[in-house]
Amino acid sequence: MPADPLTLAGRTFRSRLIVGTGKYPSNPVMVQAHAESGAEMVTVAVRRVNLSDRSQESLLDFIDADKYFLLPNTAGCYTAEDAVRTAHLAREVGLSNWVKLEVIGDERTLFPDNEALLEATRRLVRDDFVVLPYTNDDPVVCRKLEDAGAAAVMPLGAPIGSGLGIQNANNIRIIKGAAGVPVIVDAGVGTPSDAALAMELGADGVLMNTGIAGARDPVVMARAMRLAVEAGRAGFLAGRIPRKPYATASSPLEGVVGSA
Amino acid sequence: MGRGREYAFSRLRIMLNGDPYEIAAPLTVGQLLARLEIDSRRVAVEHNLAIVKRAAYDTVVVSDGDQVEVVNFVGGGAHAG
Repeated sequence: MPADPLTLAGRTFRSRLIVGTGKYPSNPVMVQAHAESGAEMVTVAVRRVNLSDRSQESLLDFIDADKYFLLPNTAGCYTAEDAVRTAHLAREVGLSNWVKLEVIGDERTLFPDNEALLEATRRLVRDDFVVLPYTNDDPVVCRKLEDAGAAAVMPLGAPIGSGLGIQNANNIRIIKGAAGVPVIVDAGVGTPSDAALAMELGADGVLMNTGIAGARDPVVMARAMRLAVEAGRAGFLAGRIPRKPYATASSPLEGVVGSA
Repeated sequence: MGRGREYAFSRLRIMLNGDPYEIAAPLTVGQLLARLEIDSRRVAVEHNLAIVKRAAYDTVVVSDGDQVEVVNFVGGGAHAG
């Protein structure tokens, strides 16, 4: 198969899978899972340094920054103000000016606050960030984010951590059909077939954390997700057959033994 | 952490990562990080809501009533917390 890299904001990635760094049973398991996933980009959260327990290991001891591109996120932010502030702090850590922008609007569903997300996107684009917003699977919001300067749009497949898979496949297809920037399905993937479906719908990539980290064996699941993303992408590029309501024989109709 | 216990008579109090923290005298961001035993290459610092550039760690001074945030990267994909 010819090289088919994912290009985001002028940067190319061989892998179309982006993985998280949370919820793993241990850091060594995370390291192995990252390797098996084939991902080249990992997302990290930004938090206050724990001043009461300095014995905790630093996440950066377990992620080779030469091998993985770090994508800081604004997970946990509920206002545009906090998200913008967090993004600026993340940039100051000094690894990149990219941000996976999250502005949450509801605690139970962790659905984004579209209005605040748009505002934060505009502000961060103005401040020279590469903004990758986590958004609803809403084609109109995705278009507005693109207009605001987002480098990609990252519609959810289902609520974060739910493992429910792609709830509105048609919306993902519509978003991809209209988008002038890459579409990354972010959140909701529970199983490899979910990831494959996202890619078959035309998504340019998939971002997941819990689907791998929360599996009974995260390392094996990471490999399964890599294969699923590759399979789904290949299936999309190959072009599926049309759906038909009745059978079409795939063997010749002539020369059947016993026919007249 | 001592939380500045050795400076029991100090009157300088800052808010550090949301908690009160006492210092004996104004000090630079670099000095504060050193005192906290924090590897400054892996963190970012905000002083009174303004980002402190790494190059300014030895010039920005933290004093009474100031608000300081020191953050780093932790594991998370989405809504880690």
